[in-house]
Amino acid sequence: MAQALNRLKESPSQTAGPYVHIGLTPNFCDITGVYDDDLGRVMVNDKTSGERITMAMRVLDGTGTPLRDALIEIWQADAHGLYPSPSERRGAADPNFQGWGRQATDMDTGLCTFETIKPGRVPFKDGRLMAPHINIWIVARGINLGLNTRLYFSDEETANAEDPVLARIEHKVRIPTLMAERKGGTYTFDIHLQGEQETVFFDI
Amino acid sequence: MSERLSNRPPETGALFARDRSWHPPAFTPGYKTSVLRSPQKALLSLDGTLSEITGPVFGHNILGELDDDLIHNFAKPGESAIGPRIVVYGRLLDERGAGVPGALIEFWQANAGGRYRHKKEGYIAALDPNFGGCGRTITGEDGSYAFRTVQPGPYPWPNGPNDWRPAHIHFSVFGHGFAQRLITQMYFEGDPMIWKCPIVRTIPDRAAIEQLIAALDMEATIPMDARAYKFDIVLRGRRSTMFENRLEGN
Repeated sequence: MAQALNRLKESPSQTAGPYVHIGLTPNFCDITGVYDDDLGRVMVNDKTSGERITMAMRVLDGTGTPLRDALIEIWQADAHGLYPSPSERRGAADPNFQGWGRQATDMDTGLCTFETIKPGRVPFKDGRLMAPHINIWIVARGINLGLNTRLYFSDEETANAEDPVLARIEHKVRIPTLMAERKGGTYTFDIHLQGEQETVFFDI
Repeated sequence: MSERLSNRPPETGALFARDRSWHPPAFTPGYKTSVLRSPQKALLSLDGTLSEITGPVFGHNILGELDDDLIHNFAKPGESAIGPRIVVYGRLLDERGAGVPGALIEFWQANAGGRYRHKKEGYIAALDPNFGGCGRTITGEDGSYAFRTVQPGPYPWPNGPNDWRPAHIHFSVFGHGFAQRLITQMYFEGDPMIWKCPIVRTIPDRAAIEQLIAALDMEATIPMDARAYKFDIVLRGRRSTMFENRLEGN
């Protein structure tokens, strides 16, 4: 017998359920007066540096129907590629940028919109720069364990071509599932849970 | 975001790989909604980059005085929510057994009759005008947390012809890295409904289910006021960076 490692097991996940809004965006579902504002609703202010962008996202089920009860959180670097996190050891991120956002999908249209800035490039583990990207976490009724994916920007062709994470995707035909398309100042991004266009999800 | 409250240097190691056999799989036909919402292709495995091992941290400045008191945070002045009064307490740990300090925990639940305050909810049980159903807190230096609420009721839900949810409280937990993000549910010791629930049964391992059942703790119970339930939550652990290559970048 060797010594025991005495590790604990991660608490198993359970679905966020249809009423996730009560806990995470109570003002969105008309529970007012408990929290001043829904956490993560506003990511930028007047002093935030970087290019302002709007991201319009949807989450689609296996029939192509948008989920109207999903919740999306995003996490991204500031315009200089620094994360506003205590674990960021390379320098101080923009104090006027949250880096983290949370939105519920609209209960009628399934659309959700983030007002943020375009992130800078962040180094991969070996020092090569990753293309600008945003980490996405999706929970909803029927999703047993939160799904992780990334959003890349279709107009960053050069950076995308040298991105070490995109390079890991064996079936190149799936790379476009991670690309947000630009129309004016708005990027649109549809996340497909299933089907021909199933989004690449990550085990991170 | 705000400054960390702990003196400990922030950890920057990569996270332990997630044991996906311990979690429910995505496709669980007994829970019907999962059928069309479950990815079918293999996940792309990625050892954490800076984008995964960093994460937001929230300061106590976001917290209101009653955020950890669901009995009063939606109630009219001088009134309180109806139902069995309970304290839920425990520690937020990681897989190494270390407390996770300064982490935001959010919780939500039905009222004592099993009714949620939500426009999409149609159960005939009555709303409690003094109960909203949401709360939040930030863990202390040793990962400890506590809040006060009423014990939620069980309720029927559309899945099979006669499926009921056991009494439960939803938990949303942040660690220090975005890849530690977790949502789960807490159940109550001794509830026979737990083992009949299709959502509980998405978890393959009985020992994993038992990890989500809070224990009645009579020692922590406040006499003539509220019973106590202990519920520890475990997030993914992370490797020590002591011997890892430095991530200098830029």
